[in-house]
Amino acid sequence: MITEHVMTDEHNHGTHDTPGSWNGAAEPFKASYGKLMMWYFLLSDAFTFAGFLISYGALRLSMPSWPLPDFVFSTLPGGITHAPLIFVTIMTFVLILSSVTMVRAVQEGHRGNQSGVVKWMFFTIVGGLIFLGCQAWEWTTLIKGESMTVWTNPFGRHIEDGVYLEGDGHDIKAGQAFTVGAPYLIHYHDGHYNQLKYKNSAGEVKEQAFGPKAFGALFFFITGFHGFHVFSGVVFLLIIMLNAMTGLYQNRGNHYEMVEKIGLYWHFVDLVWVFVFLVFYLL
Amino acid sequence: MLNYEESKKVVFKGLILLAVVTLIEVAIALIGNGHIIEGMHWPKWLMYPLMISLSLYKAYFIVYEFMHMRYEVRGLSLSVLMPTVLLVWGLIAFANEGMHWNTSRAQIKEKNAIGLKSDGQSSKSSSEIHSSEVPATEAPATH
Repeated sequence: MITEHVMTDEHNHGTHDTPGSWNGAAEPFKASYGKLMMWYFLLSDAFTFAGFLISYGALRLSMPSWPLPDFVFSTLPGGITHAPLIFVTIMTFVLILSSVTMVRAVQEGHRGNQSGVVKWMFFTIVGGLIFLGCQAWEWTTLIKGESMTVWTNPFGRHIEDGVYLEGDGHDIKAGQAFTVGAPYLIHYHDGHYNQLKYKNSAGEVKEQAFGPKAFGALFFFITGFHGFHVFSGVVFLLIIMLNAMTGLYQNRGNHYEMVEKIGLYWHFVDLVWVFVFLVFYLL
Repeated sequence: MLNYEESKKVVFKGLILLAVVTLIEVAIALIGNGHIIEGMHWPKWLMYPLMISLSLYKAYFIVYEFMHMRYEVRGLSLSVLMPTVLLVWGLIAFANEGMHWNTSRAQIKEKNAIGLKSDGQSSKSSSEIHSSEVPATEAPATH
């Protein structure tokens, strides 16, 4: 009983005179709980993405050859097939632009400009939707046009010099020579993959081998997981924009902190794309 | 903290900077792989470090300017950024492992072949794995 009494006494003393950090009165990082937790969520998400990208790296390094990015990603809408990395560069610009409009929305929030917040958030959402549309087109091209699946990767590269024997690949004709490292796509006709035959420099007749099996799964899963982040971001942006329109955040009087938090998330999506772009398309 | 007009300028600067750095990266990839000038190829040891550093610079700019990490308390930025240093080891360890698979295919196949003979025993003792240095047919199947 005596001990309890003493503790209660100290406790009261503490709360009345010095409201210290330990009872939640002060913010040691000068950031609100919500903003701090958004940062830590993003940190954990960064580890998730890093895990995927590192396993991509490990699997790629474990293979003698890997599909050539500027061959795999070289199509543009309108039937253009020899435009390496152009489409994905446009996608990157779209995401950068939507990140910039997001910064503008946060800035307008800081000075309490409701219509400015709504306007710039709207542009950000449009950017996110364009990016998702581009990704849908890219996936459709790979799945429908080039018959890449999660399990089958028709994108390979030659590991020896040789000459094609019989070719009905769109660009590849019989008699055409190739060197080590030359990329190829195994075309899909009438329900089966058409692996072209070739003769190597030792005179042996072989046929085009499928590319590393993990490529499709890695590509669809990692870009899909990023795309899912973009999609969730668009949904949250939409909800927060509607809330901003109703004047909810104006009434809270905390300088549109919710806009700042979704802004952190949106920039993170752009940040992840920097690395997805690097490992899948550039390296 | 910057005032409103100053921060608007940072946004414009950021847009130009990120766009230009991205264009340089794509230019390195296209020129280095011989798409712009026929027959011109840059070595990977030149292209890869360039593209990786430019991407890291973009990441730094997004986190410090767009996400305002520059203006946060030191403790916050350290508690968020320091844990990512662990990834450096993850990268080294897994890259090393991946390259090992690539260069030791034959040896791994040989070891797997021995593993299959061991009458349902999935794990092998270290002495048995050592014995796989000799051809698989001569290796002792059981203890």
